[in-house]
Amino acid sequence: MAMIELNGVRKVFNAGKPNEFCALEGITATIERNRTTVLKGPSGSGKTTLLSILGCMARPTSGRIFLGEREITSLPERFLTEIRRKTFGFIFQQFHLIPRLSALENVMIPAYPLGTRKENIRERAMELLSLFGVGRKASSKVEWLSGGEAQRIAIARALINDPAALIADEPTAHLDSGLSREFLEIARHLEDRGKTVIIASHDPLVFEADWVAKVIPMRDGRIVSGEAS
Amino acid sequence: MIFHPGILALLLGSALSCLMLLYSGYHGAAIARGFDVRSGSERQLGLERRTYLVSTLVSYAMGFQVLSLFLFVFTADRLHPLFSGAMCAAGVLNVNRFGYPALLLKVACFLFAGLWLVLNAADNRGYDYPIVRKKYLFLLVLMPLFLAEAAVQALFFLRLDPNVITSCCGALFGEERSGVPSWLGGFPVLPSMAGFYLSTLVFLASGARFCRKGKGGYLFAAAASAVFLFSAAALLSFLGVYIYELPSHRCPFCVLHGEYGYVGYLLYAGFLGGGVSGAGVGLLMPFRKVESLKEAVPFLQGRLARAAMILYVLFAAVSTLEILFSDLRLVLQ
Amino acid sequence: MSRAGRQRNVLDFTLSSLMRRKGRNAALVFVYAFVVFLLSSVVFLGLSLKEEAQSVLADAPEIVVQRLAAGRHDMIPESYLAKVREIPGVRSAKARLWGYYYEPLTGANYTVMADENFPYGRKSVVLGNGVARHLPPMVGKTLPMRAYDGSYRFLQIRETLSSDSELVSSDLVLMTVEDFRDLFRIPEGVGTDLILSVANPREVSTVARKIAEILPDTRPITRAEILRTYDAVFDWRGGMIVVGLSGALMAFLILAWDKATGLSAEERKEIGILKGLGWETSDVILMKFWEGIVVSLSSFLLGILLAYVHVYFGSAVLFEPALKGWSVLYPDFRLKPVITPYMVSVLFFLTVVPYTIATVVPSWRAATTDPDTVMRA
Repeated sequence: MAMIELNGVRKVFNAGKPNEFCALEGITATIERNRTTVLKGPSGSGKTTLLSILGCMARPTSGRIFLGEREITSLPERFLTEIRRKTFGFIFQQFHLIPRLSALENVMIPAYPLGTRKENIRERAMELLSLFGVGRKASSKVEWLSGGEAQRIAIARALINDPAALIADEPTAHLDSGLSREFLEIARHLEDRGKTVIIASHDPLVFEADWVAKVIPMRDGRIVSGEAS
Repeated sequence: MIFHPGILALLLGSALSCLMLLYSGYHGAAIARGFDVRSGSERQLGLERRTYLVSTLVSYAMGFQVLSLFLFVFTADRLHPLFSGAMCAAGVLNVNRFGYPALLLKVACFLFAGLWLVLNAADNRGYDYPIVRKKYLFLLVLMPLFLAEAAVQALFFLRLDPNVITSCCGALFGEERSGVPSWLGGFPVLPSMAGFYLSTLVFLASGARFCRKGKGGYLFAAAASAVFLFSAAALLSFLGVYIYELPSHRCPFCVLHGEYGYVGYLLYAGFLGGGVSGAGVGLLMPFRKVESLKEAVPFLQGRLARAAMILYVLFAAVSTLEILFSDLRLVLQ
Repeated sequence: MSRAGRQRNVLDFTLSSLMRRKGRNAALVFVYAFVVFLLSSVVFLGLSLKEEAQSVLADAPEIVVQRLAAGRHDMIPESYLAKVREIPGVRSAKARLWGYYYEPLTGANYTVMADENFPYGRKSVVLGNGVARHLPPMVGKTLPMRAYDGSYRFLQIRETLSSDSELVSSDLVLMTVEDFRDLFRIPEGVGTDLILSVANPREVSTVARKIAEILPDTRPITRAEILRTYDAVFDWRGGMIVVGLSGALMAFLILAWDKATGLSAEERKEIGILKGLGWETSDVILMKFWEGIVVSLSSFLLGILLAYVHVYFGSAVLFEPALKGWSVLYPDFRLKPVITPYMVSVLFFLTVVPYTIATVVPSWRAATTDPDTVMRA
């Protein structure tokens, strides 16, 4: 069964105002569980908006969206966020780590509102950092980290609540080929561990990877017909 | 007007509180009118955001009401040297006809703000904001009450005239006068005590049944109201007498003083807290059938019922201890 | 989800946030504490003065009877004493002889009082501390006082009263009854007023009423009335200052609101990240709430502490004149610290509550940032 199902999803910003802008139009697609799906397209194609809707960060203006069997189209923010916290982990294009906090503290942040005891969160965070080989950098302030290290911290942070899916927005945009390949390795590894991976990218290294199950090409807010595989 | 800092604080606080509530009422009206959960439009998202604001404002207002209730009583108490005949807050509140109404309105505002928050908590647990319209209409209906409270309190303070000779609690709550306080206070002791303990037992029994079987919610709410009334009567008619160990001293405010071990706080916490919780259970009864609240309402009701029972047990326990350990023995006719 | 755990985690994070932005918050805390300081000083001073007045007046006579002639205070015949002593409830009554003396060289007003048991005999005086400090220049051990006929009486200064009783005795000049009558030409058989002691405090007003009945040209004043007047005056003065400070309070609230609204780009970004990472609006509101509490409590405590030091160790230098009134012979006394939980609550209401309310809407605005802003950045 598909993990996420979209039906005629439309997203409009600034409705009714002179700068009204339709970011997504008529999006119908499915995201398979435990597979990697890539949204491909140039900047301005709506991939980022689609990602945020898939990840329960935003609500569609119209259309329907299902998570498993449950329709989540009109869920109020507090319910959506609860689902998002447990289901999705995000890696942003600019990583968006909070400066002047250590790597460890950054990784722990998404777990705070869940009320888990801090010691447990810390333990799990350390585990993740070690898993990605940046355990030694746990107490370093994030401003002092290299691009590759920052990426790993961002990945660790996305996994702190053990989500079912990982969402990454242009993960290789600021990386050289070596680090890009490393990232793809990690993503594949996570898929093997049972996670669903959704990536938005216009980098051929990503959407041409052979283990990617589905590529959804987008342009000007629509899905270009003919989904390649 | 008397420029006592306490008075200034209360007036400022209630003016700000009023502003907060009016502002939240304004948002509430917009929400009640245009809310549509199914829509994903920006307008709807904006309305949903505003619900957070209203919740926050009303929560603060309610917190303020509780604090200002006590501050109001203490300020009245502190002012008693200025009025001949007044020996504590009871006398000061009697100086003009706005004193006791102001107090009652404050208690009412606290209760209703609490009830609104109960309703709000229930609504928030429903994934489709099931009672949002009713909730905000309820808030709008409460607006005049909140405004009245601020106005009456202001009138009370502005019209405080030190030249007026007032009475002290012995006369106010005694049998000779007319009016609700002395009607409640004038109950003969034995029936009053009997009524108090009896109603508490009935209340606890119905509460136990409700918590275990989930039945009899309305009965429980009715029992809660009865306990509330009988507890009020108890406070006025005999509790004071035992605590102060003086037959003519029935003031319900002096129990808050240190010389009596601040036992008044426990009593009022039990009394007022229990009142809100019990009423909350009754308020949620009509919403048990709502689809999205099928689990939430019973859960909240269970919590509230338990809280109400604990609080009234606290009230009864403290009262009983005071009676048992008092040096006073009332000659019961 | 553990509710207590959530509170604790969010509070932890809030504290670390505040620490990271020490500089910005320091300015706010400073102003906040200053406002608390101003208000607290006024309130503490007023409270202490009232307490002082109360304890001083505790020994005052229950009733003072003055005679009025054409609405003005006139001397009272000692024969009235007999009538007054007949009233049931009156324990004792006697006449007092006292008045005011203006010293033009210093501009000071002395309260001159005749003491029946004056220990030093005629042609001597005992001075209060304030008088002694403000004597006209070149006065050694003799105080010249101008009598009713323009001539001078020279009185030996025998003793100066200790500063312990400054509040009541600062401007006193004590002498024998004969010297007093001689200085002011007050004939025998009359006094300034009568003082009565009443056994049962509940009967004071009844006795006062009877006096007004049997001696219609007199005005009885009860101690309770005097206490009430003092209370009212201090309250009134204190209140006027508080109202005057409302300007400062308003400015502070505007500052607080402005700061809360004008979040720095960094703060905005941080909240955006939090929302993107799964923090819900109510989580961010909670964080802002804790922020407010921490800032408020530290400023409040700091302000109160400073006010305490200011009033009780620094004698309230800033507000003294307004609250104590104008006078040349000012008593120099140490105030007794009187801080009640009630007053602290009042100050809390006057400062923390308005601050919290001023920041509600800006906090909410910040908290309702869309989670996807961090994606669009």
